[in-house]
Amino acid sequence: MAKVFIDDIEYEVPDGKNMLEVCLSLGFDLTYFCWHPALHSIGACRQCGVINYKDENDKRGRITMACMLPASNGTRISIEAKAAHDFRAGNIESLMLNHPHDCPVCDEGGECHLQDMTLMSGHNYRRYRFKKRTHTNQYLGPFLNHEMNRCIQCYRCVRFYKDYAGGKDLDVFAAHDDIYFGRSEDGVLENEFSGNLVEVCPTGVFTDKTLKQHYTRKWDLTSAPSVCHGCSLGCNILASQRYGTIRRILTRYNGDVNGYFLCDRGRFGYEYTNSKKRIIKALKRVSGTYQPIENGNVFEEVKALMGEGKKVIGIGSPRASLESNFLLKELVGENNFYGGISNTEGNLIKQVINILKKGKVKTPSLAEAKGYDAVFIVGEDVTNTAPMLALSLRQAAKNKPNEEAFAIRIPLWNDAAIREIVQERTGPFFIATVHHTKLDEISSGSFYGHPDNIARLGHAVAQKINNNLPSVPDTDRESASLSSSIAEALLAAKKPLIVSGTSLFSKNVIEAAANVAYALKEQGKDVGLIYTVPEANSVGMTLLSENFIDDAIARVEKERADVLLILENDLYQRIGKKDSEAILKRCNQVVAFENLENETTNSCDYVFPAGTFAESTGTIVNNEGRAQRFYQVHIPRNEVRSSWKWLDILRQDLQTAEAKDFDVIVDEMIQKNPELQKIKETAPTADFRIGTQKIPRSPHRFSGRTSMIANINVSEPKPPDDNDSPMSFTMEGYHGIQPSPDTAFYWSPAWNSVQAINKYQIEVGGPLHDGNPGKRLFEPDENRQAKYFNDIPSSFHPSNDELLVLPLYHIYGSEELTALSPAVKERIPQAYIALNENEARRKGLNAEGGKVEFYYQDKKWELSLKIDNSLPDGIAGLPKGLNETSGIGYPFRTKINS
Amino acid sequence: MLSSIRTVWLVFLHMFKKRVTIEYPEKKAFLAPRWRGRIVLTRDPDHNERCVACYLCAAVCPTDCISLQATEDENGRRKPEYFRINFSRCIFCGLCEDACPTYSIQLVPDFEMGEYKRQDLVYEKEDLLIDGQGKYHGYNFYRVAGVAVGVKGKGEGENESAPVDRKKLVP
Repeated sequence: MAKVFIDDIEYEVPDGKNMLEVCLSLGFDLTYFCWHPALHSIGACRQCGVINYKDENDKRGRITMACMLPASNGTRISIEAKAAHDFRAGNIESLMLNHPHDCPVCDEGGECHLQDMTLMSGHNYRRYRFKKRTHTNQYLGPFLNHEMNRCIQCYRCVRFYKDYAGGKDLDVFAAHDDIYFGRSEDGVLENEFSGNLVEVCPTGVFTDKTLKQHYTRKWDLTSAPSVCHGCSLGCNILASQRYGTIRRILTRYNGDVNGYFLCDRGRFGYEYTNSKKRIIKALKRVSGTYQPIENGNVFEEVKALMGEGKKVIGIGSPRASLESNFLLKELVGENNFYGGISNTEGNLIKQVINILKKGKVKTPSLAEAKGYDAVFIVGEDVTNTAPMLALSLRQAAKNKPNEEAFAIRIPLWNDAAIREIVQERTGPFFIATVHHTKLDEISSGSFYGHPDNIARLGHAVAQKINNNLPSVPDTDRESASLSSSIAEALLAAKKPLIVSGTSLFSKNVIEAAANVAYALKEQGKDVGLIYTVPEANSVGMTLLSENFIDDAIARVEKERADVLLILENDLYQRIGKKDSEAILKRCNQVVAFENLENETTNSCDYVFPAGTFAESTGTIVNNEGRAQRFYQVHIPRNEVRSSWKWLDILRQDLQTAEAKDFDVIVDEMIQKNPELQKIKETAPTADFRIGTQKIPRSPHRFSGRTSMIANINVSEPKPPDDNDSPMSFTMEGYHGIQPSPDTAFYWSPAWNSVQAINKYQIEVGGPLHDGNPGKRLFEPDENRQAKYFNDIPSSFHPSNDELLVLPLYHIYGSEELTALSPAVKERIPQAYIALNENEARRKGLNAEGGKVEFYYQDKKWELSLKIDNSLPDGIAGLPKGLNETSGIGYPFRTKINS
Repeated sequence: MLSSIRTVWLVFLHMFKKRVTIEYPEKKAFLAPRWRGRIVLTRDPDHNERCVACYLCAAVCPTDCISLQATEDENGRRKPEYFRINFSRCIFCGLCEDACPTYSIQLVPDFEMGEYKRQDLVYEKEDLLIDGQGKYHGYNFYRVAGVAVGVKGKGEGENESAPVDRKKLVP
């Protein structure tokens, strides 16, 4: 702890901070632009000027930038001194010389850091009478809008984009007051994290293009704390709606998970919730067409189908909440419930859960992953399967070289100095994947091979770390030397991190990764082991499932079922046409609970309109076993509701058409599944009040209440109640610091922008006031004797006539629902089949783009050829989950023809 | 007694004074140009809608009786998709006019809005938009704003210099 004096008052502050962080943590309103809690200080914008005094006798002092001033013992500053105040007002006046008169048409207006800082500094009258400098804008793709006139040259965008996220195509051009932030030429911003520029930019240079399509000011948005359903990481988001449609997604700060950032799939993939293909009424198939039916009748009819003695089975969903899956299981009975994924995938996830629960190695959170200093990725294209993990790993790669800076006592916050020393160097970072991945650009050694060969490399590394393990037979020299250098680097590191996942559908890969981690643990290393899984609630659903879809198929083949209930699951997309038809045809009546119309809903007898994350409240469990609550943003003015509500009504008496409250369902679930006990602690119960007040979903400036539906009826209806959470759907409620899982927006007096988050944290960049939301369901026991996996696969030998086809992942396209959002759709690649040049030539193919035919499940598929020389011989890659490649189960073998 | 007579006398004298009541509706009262009555949306000198759908009027409205939705034309010019004022809630305070950065929303000297049904007091954009510029002539927001949305090109606005050549490094 250090003692500092701010305006002659003494404060105790933690060591190793700068004065700006300290002032903000203590609650002072000090203006700043270029500093960002995740990007640290460079002292570029000169906006946080304060007076620094030598000692208590120094009455004059000198102006210093607080962000570059270490908060060391005895530091004495003044924020309020007139000279400091005038300096900040003068500085912002200069920054504003060229700022256009745009606020009314600027999307940042009302949540603009520049507006906030201008008011805070005291500069309120424009004296400059000369011409304003102007810039032309660039097309930056479907996600971001560029309006360069507004720039105040703080450099945050390039510092985030290049230094933090590893982007290559955004830079600064020209000189002096002409400087320009953009691309060398118009074009799509390629980095997967470009959307964060919306929040990082202190003004409106980069704004959300999807929000622009249906623009609403921040003060008019009704938001709910939610969890991203785009991948298994469970990043926290704020989803916002106006007039019944979702308008945008912002990062919800969670110091344990995603921190200040979000990937572009999560940020821009929300628009499917507003799709025209949404199912908004309960439908029944009547001679081939779907017709809406009255609520009461639909329950009666469906219940009649499921009456006494009827054989009813249910298929769950990895993208539905725990509550929905649980109620489906309750409704159909334990033995008739099947997890909504293939058996291959189910067994892999079971294995992952097994390692999480019974292993002895810690699974770090996304935020903790940033703290490791050596990384070994075993068979996972992280940038595309779990994008935010790639962002964390990029930070982890900086830790080793950063140590050099720490050794000469440069603090972490002094970003410019650290960059100067570190330059482009990265720490030990090894990747073993099927083909070239984006993270290869920072890797110290990459290996491309068949999953079995990746697993063999993993086992070889484990063996080099722990010599008692069986050695890997028939290792070639190349992988032997690579495994030695990986083992050496991991052993030399203080905190090595192993990353793996289920994306290659290989149990061997998962086990090999665990072996490496176990071996390092035995050497006394503080090792981390992260697995990624396919979908948002894969872990949660698998916790509730014993059997999976293939078991369901086997069962209906043995004996017909009367009713099949499908929960938020497009079987055609997941298991292909052949298997889907096999199961649908053997069930007399099929009932689906679904968000959007798809092939499965088009083959059902009844369809219930299920809420997406935006219309549902629920709990999902992410890849590290962290249970997190997401809240419904609004009650839609149609029949859409959470799947668990439909299911709960179906299992009750006919008389009640209302589902039980959320907390009742959670209690019931916990009682039947004691291992889920902690989900009760993820958020306050619905009867929680602050004083007597609920927690509002809308800011206090929310407008248009007496007018927005006045065209329908001039008498305002009572606002809807929310019995499932302690939150109200209106602005009424407690507007101070709310419980962290239930904070729907960030606002604090004078802080209208997202930077108001400073006020919600215990210290700037630290945890939220009552802890970061989310509870981990399982923790490793370090003293446990975890067994090594001894199943070392043999090396893969390419066959002459057949190719092994493996999935390749794409951040845009490989996830089913986000791929339906218009902005994301623009970024989905053309479907292809990838081969290396050798293999292509051998098959008589040479031109990239040429047509390639292959067979899968007796059906002919035709795709264009893409040459990817990093792919090993004998292996073809198909983009997973695209329209053209949906329903394919990996891996499979096929012959290909040109 | 005396005071009653005095009262009658005074009333009698009033018969010869100028009348303050007006035979409304046959005769109209004088309303100052800045009288706060019915709200209109005006057009700029180029006859385009002045409203840029910035939501400031809605935010400042103490009775929350203004609601709108922004949209954009093919040039990116922002305008309201719909603009609704619920006059049965409006208190004619004029804060919306103060807040309007483009002189679009203006209160005019007209109060004759009586209706038998409250529902008829809900005015849509078509009811609010007038053909002229209202009280403030000659102002076109997009001539002074930085954005280029079909009104002027980048750097062609008032007090703007030509766009910077970003490939230039001359000091």
